[in-house]
Amino acid sequence: MASINIKLNQEKLGQLQAICKEFNNDKGELINVLHKAQHLFGYLPAEVQEVIAQELKTSAAHVYGVVTFYSFFTMTPKGEHPISICMGTACYVRGAEKVLDEFKRILNVKVGETTPDGKFSLSCLRCVGACGLAPVVMVGEKVFGRVSPDGVKDIIEEYK
Amino acid sequence: MIKVKIDNKTVEVEKGTILLDAARKAGINIPTLCYLHLHDLNITNKPAGCRVCVVEVKGRKNLAPACVTECMDGMEVNTHNIRVLNARKTVLELILSDHPTDCLICPKSGTCDLQTLAQEMGIRQIRYQGEQSTYREDTSPAIIRDVDKCIMCRRCEMMCNEVQTVGVLSAVNRGFMAVVAPAFEMNLDHSVCTYCGQCVAVCPTGALTEVDHTNNVIRALADPSKTVIVQTAPAVRAALGEEFGMEAGTLVTGKMAAALRRLGFDYVFDTDFAADLTIMEEGTELLDRIGRHLNGDKTVKLPILTSCCPGWVSFFEHQFPDMIDIPSTARSPQQMFGSIAKTYFAEKLGIKRENMVVVSIMPCLAKKYECSRDEFKVDGNPDVDFAISTRELAHLIKQANIEFNHLPDEDFDRPMGESTGASVLFGVTGGVIEAATRTAYEVFTGKKLEKVDFEQLRGMDWVRRAEVDFDGTPIKIGIAHGLGNARKLLEEIREGKADFHAIEIMACPGGCIGGGGQPLHHGDSSILKARTAAIYREDLGKPIRKSHENPFIQKLYEDFLGKPCGHKSHHLLHTHYFDKSNPVEIE
Repeated sequence: MASINIKLNQEKLGQLQAICKEFNNDKGELINVLHKAQHLFGYLPAEVQEVIAQELKTSAAHVYGVVTFYSFFTMTPKGEHPISICMGTACYVRGAEKVLDEFKRILNVKVGETTPDGKFSLSCLRCVGACGLAPVVMVGEKVFGRVSPDGVKDIIEEYK
Repeated sequence: MIKVKIDNKTVEVEKGTILLDAARKAGINIPTLCYLHLHDLNITNKPAGCRVCVVEVKGRKNLAPACVTECMDGMEVNTHNIRVLNARKTVLELILSDHPTDCLICPKSGTCDLQTLAQEMGIRQIRYQGEQSTYREDTSPAIIRDVDKCIMCRRCEMMCNEVQTVGVLSAVNRGFMAVVAPAFEMNLDHSVCTYCGQCVAVCPTGALTEVDHTNNVIRALADPSKTVIVQTAPAVRAALGEEFGMEAGTLVTGKMAAALRRLGFDYVFDTDFAADLTIMEEGTELLDRIGRHLNGDKTVKLPILTSCCPGWVSFFEHQFPDMIDIPSTARSPQQMFGSIAKTYFAEKLGIKRENMVVVSIMPCLAKKYECSRDEFKVDGNPDVDFAISTRELAHLIKQANIEFNHLPDEDFDRPMGESTGASVLFGVTGGVIEAATRTAYEVFTGKKLEKVDFEQLRGMDWVRRAEVDFDGTPIKIGIAHGLGNARKLLEEIREGKADFHAIEIMACPGGCIGGGGQPLHHGDSSILKARTAAIYREDLGKPIRKSHENPFIQKLYEDFLGKPCGHKSHHLLHTHYFDKSNPVEIE
């Protein structure tokens, strides 16, 4: 009767349960489990959180509390090419906000959103440890350094 | 023992004592908001989140929260110098800067801890203005969440997770957006909430309150075409007086009956009558299962679990769906009462069930949900129309200008107001099983019980195990109160480790006397103890103390029901349970 109807395909469910098992279904390992689960699914939809709660013998409310507390975890599906703009101090003082505004303008999405075609999602992060290259933008695993607002268009074009 | 000096008073306390308790020992009451400690039940909430209890400790740079700071030998503490008062006021004003100030029309007005503190601290203005967090209101069949009024004390979360292990409420989101909410911020009625109401019982503000049905009752009483019948649960009489300034543990059975009559109810009856009926049905079911078990029937399910508590019923339907065939099928006393009132008694009066309104006064919020369940309706008409809490009854009495404290003691009406001492015990943990034991013993052994008091079944321990000698046959009994403790016993049963014959479960700490609809205890567990003592006093004072000896119950079976667990009883007094778990569907 609870409102979340858990629908996952057998293969993904098995993989998710294996992740939990890897951490001995220990609820103290919740954050690690969520990390891996997000890597597997790209995001953490309600049904994934429900399964994790059941496997770790904790409440879905607790899992949801942790997911909504940490900005790394997301419940919206990431785009095919997730774009992250570093908002750490070094990047910020070298104009990261203007770069972000340009991404927002061209893609027409807000931070945390995904473009309707599912291609790009936009997020912010805090320092990737490459302050010498500030301002830094990451697309997927690839790092772009010394990005200027004018260069934003070219980065997007590269993935279109 | 160590010595600490608080506001120039020296007190001796044990090592490990927190400053708050040491100060209380010295007669100094440091204000708190998030802190909650129910001493006799060993329930504690001290996240040190609100910072209202800060005090100055000599030699320490910053102020210390008294709720988590342990006393050290020779410590010197000041609880009300200007630095402390300024900090405390600032903290309070900051909390109030993100809190609605509609106190006059707040359901918690007059019993709100935050309001009381603002009053005591003499807050006349809120110096901090800014954005206020807003969140939608969530109304369920029993509980209303208005989290704009939440101060993040986390008491409800502690009750829901640590004591009850229901796991519905959790702090979600962060910073300014943080709220206490169910998973995925769904509404309570979509969650696994049992409506036990323990979150409401400890909420210091108006963030969690009950759904108020007093106006529905007033409307029914004003309708001349309706015959309005009232029933009162055992635990109400042991607590209602507190709402009128009486000492905790004052029994107000007679005054309550008088007040209900003055409110205009056509018949003032007692849920205790139905509790006696429950014992007849549940006791018969218990003896049938034990009898078959002793005769070697391997299909029989033991232990039998009591089913009077609707919070508990929801709990096993959601969380132990594989065990829904173990509890007794007997309906709760509230529902048995409604069912008999709208059949037997309506027939007696010669009126249709649609023209009868059954109101119940309950210490409980889950009863509001229980009476709305579809299986307790006939052609859409519920057996019990409205369940109101002890607190709501107090409001009704006050609205009707009844001077409760000066009322004479009056009796309940007959036939459904007559009850025994056994039935009163339904209000405390261990009481249902004691009442059942009194009857089951005599039916099983055919002998008269010399001593009806079963001390081994009483007490406040969370999980209790006892053996009662049924004239050579040892009957093993388990008792748990608080759903977290029920979970422990259920897991034992599931693992095959338990060898009980019968188990009593009550969802609320202390049983119904500590229910979510009772006058607020504000963290004082001695109030719960006083109510418990009152229930046992009421039992002791009753001329008949065994359910099967209630002459009106005997007559009900003769005239109408036939025999316990017979065909008619089965139809009117028993129920079935549903799997409400959340299964994983494979696409």
